[in-house]
Amino acid sequence: MSAVSPARTRYDCVVIGGGHNGLSCAAFLARAGRSVLVLEASTRLGGAAVTREFAPGFRVSAGAHLLHQMSAQLIGELELEHHGLQWAAQGMSTVSLAHGAAPLTLGPEGQIEGQGIAQDLRAYPAFATQMRRFAAALNPVLEKTPPRLGTDRWSDRLNLLGLGWRIRRLGRRDMRELLRIGGMNAYDLLTEHFSSPLLQGALGFDAVLGTNFGPRSPGTVMTLLYRLAAQFGSSTRGVALPKGGLGAVSDALAGAARKAGAEIRLETPVERVLVADDRACGVRLHSGQSISAGAVISSADPKASLLGLVGAEHLDAGFVRRLTHLRTRGLAAKLHLALEDLPMFAELPPAAHGARLVVAPSLNYLEHAYNHSKYDEYSQAPALEITLPTVCDPTLAPRGKHVLSAVVQYAPYQVRGGWAQERTAFTRRIIDTIAQFAPGIRALIRASELLTPQDLEQEFRTTGGHWHHADLALDQFFMVRPVPGATQYGTPLAGFYLCGAGCHPGGGVMGIAGRNAARQVLAQAART
Amino acid sequence: MNESNNPTSHFRQPLLLTPFHDRARALSQVDSFVPWAGYTTVDVFTTMEQEYFAIRNATTLYDLTPMVKYRIAGPDANRFLNRLVTRDLRKLKVSRVSYCVWCNDAGNIIDDGTVFRLAENEYRLCTAERQLDWLLDSAIGFDVQISEVTAEIAALAMQGPTSCAVLKQVGLAGVERLKPFEFGNFEVAGLPIMVSRTGFTGDLGYELWVDPQQANALWDALMSAGRSRGIRAIGSRALNIARIEAGFLLPNVDFMSAEGSIRIGTGRSPLELGLGWLVDFGKGHFTGRRALLEQQRRGLRRQLVGLDIAGSKPALNALLYTDRTGRKEVGSISSAVWSPTCKRNIALAMVEAPHFEVGAMVWAEVYLNRELVWERRMCRAQVVEKPFFAPERRRLTPPADF
Repeated sequence: MSAVSPARTRYDCVVIGGGHNGLSCAAFLARAGRSVLVLEASTRLGGAAVTREFAPGFRVSAGAHLLHQMSAQLIGELELEHHGLQWAAQGMSTVSLAHGAAPLTLGPEGQIEGQGIAQDLRAYPAFATQMRRFAAALNPVLEKTPPRLGTDRWSDRLNLLGLGWRIRRLGRRDMRELLRIGGMNAYDLLTEHFSSPLLQGALGFDAVLGTNFGPRSPGTVMTLLYRLAAQFGSSTRGVALPKGGLGAVSDALAGAARKAGAEIRLETPVERVLVADDRACGVRLHSGQSISAGAVISSADPKASLLGLVGAEHLDAGFVRRLTHLRTRGLAAKLHLALEDLPMFAELPPAAHGARLVVAPSLNYLEHAYNHSKYDEYSQAPALEITLPTVCDPTLAPRGKHVLSAVVQYAPYQVRGGWAQERTAFTRRIIDTIAQFAPGIRALIRASELLTPQDLEQEFRTTGGHWHHADLALDQFFMVRPVPGATQYGTPLAGFYLCGAGCHPGGGVMGIAGRNAARQVLAQAART
Repeated sequence: MNESNNPTSHFRQPLLLTPFHDRARALSQVDSFVPWAGYTTVDVFTTMEQEYFAIRNATTLYDLTPMVKYRIAGPDANRFLNRLVTRDLRKLKVSRVSYCVWCNDAGNIIDDGTVFRLAENEYRLCTAERQLDWLLDSAIGFDVQISEVTAEIAALAMQGPTSCAVLKQVGLAGVERLKPFEFGNFEVAGLPIMVSRTGFTGDLGYELWVDPQQANALWDALMSAGRSRGIRAIGSRALNIARIEAGFLLPNVDFMSAEGSIRIGTGRSPLELGLGWLVDFGKGHFTGRRALLEQQRRGLRRQLVGLDIAGSKPALNALLYTDRTGRKEVGSISSAVWSPTCKRNIALAMVEAPHFEVGAMVWAEVYLNRELVWERRMCRAQVVEKPFFAPERRRLTPPADF
């Protein structure tokens, strides 16, 4: 524990935002011997990786509700399991729900179970294995700071060469296939391989989850590979549920940061990044207090960080234009239900209720759902990622009661008529959709909460309410994420860094952006 | 109003007519018009030489209306402009004008122009090229309104040694007290008129800004008052000689506007264009500042300089070499003219390091057309100080009565 007094106003590093990336960044900086202060605006740490009460006695992971891609390396480096991270479920299966038919279950190791088209059941394991080989080749891309072109640094060149080498090493057949499919859309790829709508829908859903895409949108094979690549490097063999919800990840990260000596202040919103001599030199709080620092690192989204906290006047006009063009409008909502009992999903054995349940019965179902969002409408038949966390982790609800948490696509940031007016109708629409698979659920609902992208924007302070801070798309990915001029976690303003999901490798609770940003801060200090 | 200014018939005559067009048309002897920023303007009225000598020996009227004008107003107008341009505008006073350049992120010049502080929170920006898009991008994050007012203001440049005397004669009491880069509001026969002591000739001169409705009345009053002092309408060709003598740059002639260039490496920074005196690194952030600091740290690879070239043939578009063998190229000429006043063969040229220091010698490859027989000549050229012509009278306040 650090022995500094709370009145301290001078630190080596100030981290804005106590989300998982902010905490991860703070932990790595503190471990390198820096004095670190984390400033969190809200009353809770964790950002979108948070567990909170939404109805009396019922708690839920209010933002992200599953760990798809937590880095194994990071969990090890920060000893998160020593800091209290425990698992309620690991290597979770995905169950693709069908209308009036048996569901399809996809296991974490490429297993497939279900009554479907025999050809697909045979083809899937080989497909899954190949995708996992691609994912293994691409996974290191996610862990590292992306290279930059046009620098004369050897680290950048080696990094790029490494990526080329890993793709080459896949062997001729795999490399050709990866290069062939890399720019395709998920619809074309999946209809090439499979004919079962349920299987296509489940895989297509992974390609578009948390994006502004439908399965026919260009670049959705890349987003699918991205999700798989991250899962491959996860210590949890795929999708996992921490005990106590996603907030437990943040608590463990906070524990690691504090143990390393970082100081954390809650309810301390930052008003402005202070600039002197064209360098970030600290922050001014809403309270009026100023804190000086050698480096300021923001885990807020790029627009909020640079246009809001730094201000356009400290940036070049062309760079500001690029930032304003960064696509940050969220397209997913979140539904929480407090339930009197476990809802029974038709044709699903009770033990399977703890799995990740997906409502995406076909690619066309997804595409129809997506179509609405293009015209400022919510989906009439939304696609859903449902979890019943209380099946594996009863501590989240009163004894015998249950919680349902669903990511709902698509719910555009702005909806015709306004969310204030449409909220009830949309909630009903989602519950109707769930009730098609779990007919008795309506009678079990004690309370419900819908978080639209506007609510997510408010609660998690992300411009546009986007899960990943900025769309994951080819033009906002890897070397150009979030925008040219702010890659490699640095910004045009010396001493000011980004460490949030708007940076590489993007959203999903990984903590990698925070760690990589910390490394850049340390490397910069060593260089100057 | 002219038929061509009717927005529904623009396709009939794509070029607009300025409010002075009827007067210009009547005076044009050689029917030589050129397009400028969407307007028809005069290239030459009589002969270029006659018009040029009027600039240096009498006074001249040049229709400046097509110059693009923006009104910039709002609580953040000063902060906006100070972030836009490389010069420190924080202390620009009301009724003062500042000559400025602005750059893109890479520190390359987009355009140059003049900023008039009309009131505490109101400015006019006059530029050669349209660039509302860049101004609006630059306005993100600032509480400022920007609108183009080019067609709402008729403008005349009145340049030459007798210009002040003519203005006084036409009734502009106190105009002689205007210092360079100062402006004031006056009346001509009851018409309100704004006069700034600015210009593009490097000579004593003014620019007059009026309501387009009063354009003809102003023109007539000046022409009649100036008759005894040799007043003459001029076109852009005569002006071009004067501006080269004064060392002034033209966008897309002496440098490519950065946002308009396509090829990599064709942009030019103010440091490279010899406009370092317009760049204030101490005023706080402005677009391009970091790139310019980096360029300064690395040292300039080229610079725009004045050349004094042997012989009398203008070295138009000539390539420059280290010696007369022409083996090693070190730059090229963007503007060249025989200066009738200096009696020197002068040019503006972009020259690579280290040959841009004053006193350095290079060789210009000049092509001569002798009755359709082309000759190539290597001419010695020396890097010299700019401007080539800078008479005392351009700064003297009050100006002498000629």
